[in-house]
Amino acid sequence: MELAPSKPFRLTVFGAWLAILFLTLPFAVVFPVSVTPHRYLSLPDGQWSSRHYQTLVDDPSWILSIRDSLVVAGGSTLVAILLGTMTALACWRISSRTSEAVRMVMLAPMIVPSIVHALGFYQVWAQLGLLDSYPGLILAHAMKGTPYVVISVSAALANVDLRLEQAARNLGATATQALWKVIIPSARPGMLAGSVFAFALSWDELVVTLFITSRNVYTLPRKIWDGIQDNINPAIAAVASILIVLTVIAMVVRILLARRQARLAMAPTGP
Amino acid sequence: MTADMDAGTRRVYLVLLLAPLVLLAGLYLFPLSRVLWLSVTVPTPGFGNFERLLTSSAIHNVIWTTVRICVLTTTLALLIGYAIAYAALHLRGWRGELLLFFVLLSFWLSVLIRAFAWLTLLQSRGVINTWLMGAGIIDAPLPLIRNEFGVVLGMVHYMIPYAALPLYANMKGIDPRLVPAARGLGAGPVQAFLKVYLPMSLPGLISAGILTFIFSLGFYVTPALLGGGKTIMIAEYIAAQINDTLNWGLGSMLATALLLVIFALLAVMSLFVDLRKVFGVK
Repeated sequence: MELAPSKPFRLTVFGAWLAILFLTLPFAVVFPVSVTPHRYLSLPDGQWSSRHYQTLVDDPSWILSIRDSLVVAGGSTLVAILLGTMTALACWRISSRTSEAVRMVMLAPMIVPSIVHALGFYQVWAQLGLLDSYPGLILAHAMKGTPYVVISVSAALANVDLRLEQAARNLGATATQALWKVIIPSARPGMLAGSVFAFALSWDELVVTLFITSRNVYTLPRKIWDGIQDNINPAIAAVASILIVLTVIAMVVRILLARRQARLAMAPTGP
Repeated sequence: MTADMDAGTRRVYLVLLLAPLVLLAGLYLFPLSRVLWLSVTVPTPGFGNFERLLTSSAIHNVIWTTVRICVLTTTLALLIGYAIAYAALHLRGWRGELLLFFVLLSFWLSVLIRAFAWLTLLQSRGVINTWLMGAGIIDAPLPLIRNEFGVVLGMVHYMIPYAALPLYANMKGIDPRLVPAARGLGAGPVQAFLKVYLPMSLPGLISAGILTFIFSLGFYVTPALLGGGKTIMIAEYIAAQINDTLNWGLGSMLATALLLVIFALLAVMSLFVDLRKVFGVK
């Protein structure tokens, strides 16, 4: 592969960097707008102010919506981890046509458009009295998050030898003990990765939320959505800036952790 | 594989398999079936709602707008995603990793924040129009949102990671010695790419394309915000049927039709690739 990079390749690379600029530059505009001294959406002209960040602290509705989002995302992630891990474990161990079919059915919420299941949730939640309640939104988001846990736990288990379970049983463990002490620990990295997906999905979910909640449960995406619909005020830019920074930090931390883990894995045989 | 299990083990794993399925059936598949049911029972039993698919010009408009935007979005996202994936895989060292980092960053960032950023840039008193007018290049603000341009821009921006990441995974499976071999045999770089690399990456391209198209079809947030009620795609139209006119029959019919189209597309996709692999369960 020691050919000098060809002209078309250099052109492709140039195009790729342009595309990255297109992907990232729109986010960059959010930061200056968040420190504008004006009441309306604008770039700061020479002066800047932290008033819009102050708004986030002073106006309790922002804090409350963040709290609601944390409650819903946390709750739905727990349910999704439980359901997704159960499915992935069973499919890994049973591994028959039936279990494969069950796994594909469990993935349905990932493919069905939000607007379609939003209508269904609304209908059934209305009958069950779950509209505009925490359990209602948590369950709906959990259904949407479960497929991601199924996928990541399945991926983690793909490299686990089935005989591991047998070995534990032969050494005297019951089926449940083997599950808890041997198999679930191997599934843990997948559970962690899946829970990140499930949490992020719920944290950012809007369409189902719009249909099945109103005033009682009021999440951050809903607050931002209403803010954009009414009159766009720069407080949204302040929230957006904070969320972008948090996302970047989370990604960098994840990369550093992965590197450290790779180094530790190398350590016994490394130089 | 179940033969090697004793009764106790089998019971444990059957519970693990069936308990989530029962919950999904009650809390997800049942609500979904309600939508299908409503589409043929409200306001009157029969296929009256589905006849509207053929007769209503308003619905034809929405469908046509949706298909046009989704085809354009998918094409652009694939093209750009392909370039990014190819460059990320073939650049040596940190550059490729940095490309991938930005794609992942954009993948994880909130859909609402993206739409908000585009609104800030594109609206009539937004950053771009203010700057262009300040520089004296234009006299009146350009109409950059509340039209198909804005919707496609926002959607391509959202879909690029969804195209680039599966393409990258697919390209990783292509033997990196093939293109140099073709070059060694006298092919030019473009010829080697077109005759060797592109055909090898075609299954990945098709499956990434269909996935991007499926996600675009049902997209609600970005089209609603950047279309501003002027450019209306099917998801927003369905929501309007329910919220504004309480027309559950029409809304659920369109939702059902959307669902059927998506399953048909998945069936087509399964001819080219193993769906279980696409969804990462194999």
